[in-house]
Amino acid sequence: MRTMRVAESLNQALHQVLDGDASVRVLGEDVLDPYGGAFKITKGLSSRFPGQVLATPISENGIVGVAGGLALAGGKAIVEIMFSDFVTLAFDQIVNFAAKSVSMYGRPVRLPLVVRCPSGGGRGYGPTHSQSLQKHFIGVPGLAVYEVSPFDDHHELFGEMLARGEPCLLFEDKILYTRQVFAGGVAGDLFRYDTLPATPETGQVTRVYLDDPEQADCVIIAPGGMTHRALAAMRTLLLEQEITCLLLVPRRLYPFDVAPLAPLLERAGAVVVAEESTAGGTWGAEVAQQVHSRLWGRLRRPVSLVHSAASVIPSAAHLERDVLVQDTAIVRAVQELLS
Amino acid sequence: MPQRLLEGITESLSDDDLGLLLLIRHFERKLLDLFGQGLVQGTTHTCLGQEYVPVALAPLLDERDYVFSNHRGHGHYLARFRDPYGLLAEILGREGAVCGGVGGSQHILSGRYLSTGIQGESLPVATGVALRLRDAEPGALALAYIGDGTWGEGAVYEALNMAALWRLPLVVVTENNGIAQTTPTSAQLAGTIGDRARAFGCRFAHFTSRHVDEIRDGLRPLVERTREGAGPLVVEFATHRLGPHSKGDDTRSAEELRHAHEHDWYPREGAPVSDRFARMDAEARGLVEAVAGEVLARPLSGRLG
Repeated sequence: MRTMRVAESLNQALHQVLDGDASVRVLGEDVLDPYGGAFKITKGLSSRFPGQVLATPISENGIVGVAGGLALAGGKAIVEIMFSDFVTLAFDQIVNFAAKSVSMYGRPVRLPLVVRCPSGGGRGYGPTHSQSLQKHFIGVPGLAVYEVSPFDDHHELFGEMLARGEPCLLFEDKILYTRQVFAGGVAGDLFRYDTLPATPETGQVTRVYLDDPEQADCVIIAPGGMTHRALAAMRTLLLEQEITCLLLVPRRLYPFDVAPLAPLLERAGAVVVAEESTAGGTWGAEVAQQVHSRLWGRLRRPVSLVHSAASVIPSAAHLERDVLVQDTAIVRAVQELLS
Repeated sequence: MPQRLLEGITESLSDDDLGLLLLIRHFERKLLDLFGQGLVQGTTHTCLGQEYVPVALAPLLDERDYVFSNHRGHGHYLARFRDPYGLLAEILGREGAVCGGVGGSQHILSGRYLSTGIQGESLPVATGVALRLRDAEPGALALAYIGDGTWGEGAVYEALNMAALWRLPLVVVTENNGIAQTTPTSAQLAGTIGDRARAFGCRFAHFTSRHVDEIRDGLRPLVERTREGAGPLVVEFATHRLGPHSKGDDTRSAEELRHAHEHDWYPREGAPVSDRFARMDAEARGLVEAVAGEVLARPLSGRLG
């Protein structure tokens, strides 16, 4: 299998989605060729499917509303928010229209709608172009939050979200765009991976491990965008301290029930949740609360939360690095849990 | 306002139009009465005084058209479906409610009719629906009712821009009742709605008339042009809200209220009316009483599945 970058994989997946379903529309700012979107995820789509791709004004709230209307009237819509930071402008359409409409009329109403959100820092774009805002969308009834991982079949991912019939946010880490997708169950030179089948409550989860997923000293739960930092931490811990970790990467961050993972967590007895979000009201805190409720007294220490600092994300590389979560923070958290 | 003119408004109406106007009027009055008795949960916004707008529009729309309504939507719903039972059951949370009682007064979905409670939110959605209709069902349109206060929302302009750019079959009906909750329009809206609409290249029509047939005749060709691909149409009605914004929150002076009531299409208390009017008025009142009695006796609603 030819390896490809995550950005190419997402682009290819969108080509497949539009090719396979004429009712799907892709809309967003600057998504047309030859530009093909700020991160080239929509490249080639408008040339190949001119009637299905729509370039919009700079109107995030309006665009998501239009997409909601397309979905309401029997179509399907995939919106690109150029930088996920701008999704705050569409908060009303996402939370008060799309997520409400699927249930507030007393019966299920189908709204096949995906809002793609290129997110995260590490590129020096500064405070308003670098955030990971997943946490603000956790716990909204009728709204599912997904994150791209390098382990996923991205065509299948889009299929799952559109079939869900309720609005989905897809967070896409902008550094992850530049990384290779994993294939064949091999993650780098040390680790293997497989997937736990999806349940309605939990969604698909990828397991990354050394030899045996049931023989880990610590479990790291992290969204797809954290994959490479988690792998780097696992590598350091293994080679320098012979600590083995199991990494769990959920495809869907919300709704996310930890129940099917509980046996793995209990066996290890130590759990870290790592994410790029800044501190406070994090996704990890939500996950940790669930783990504590299930496994109280059966873990060595409370779940350790690893995230970025409580700060804006600076532009200058050295300052940005100090704020954003790094692999070293995961290493430290695992060491402290096991000490 | 001379009483003769008011009689002229109601006497020129067909039985069908007059019956619908009276149904909405008595429905809203009954609702305030039930509210006063503590039988309505939460809040409700009546369209007393504005009933003629959806009545005038009703026959200009067909089943393929989408209608988006707002918080003040009982008249819009009744003009589309003539279903006082389902609406009252929805408001009171009783069996037979259009949306199982989950949505309530301002969140209703029935076929191609949708209301929601956030100002301006429906316009981008209606624009998306119009986009879908343009491609999938040419000739159909999306119509959205908004108020004068709604023009304060940015979503309105994002939507108008896209609808005009893409020449979508969208009709935006503004019921300008001169007051946004308690704020006079003069204190919240700079310039005019017409100028704002024209700035986007939208066609614009302004109506001060309360004559249903006059409005209908004026609007018919404009709506048809929208169906034929002429792009969005913005319509403004200068109208008058007789009741409070919701319940018991009217801060207007006696003088202002008198001014509003002078523009009511419904004859003043004690004014002489035709036999037809008296008969149909009593029928509508009786129907609404029967609806209320029947719906109140129903069991509480459950979600529809």
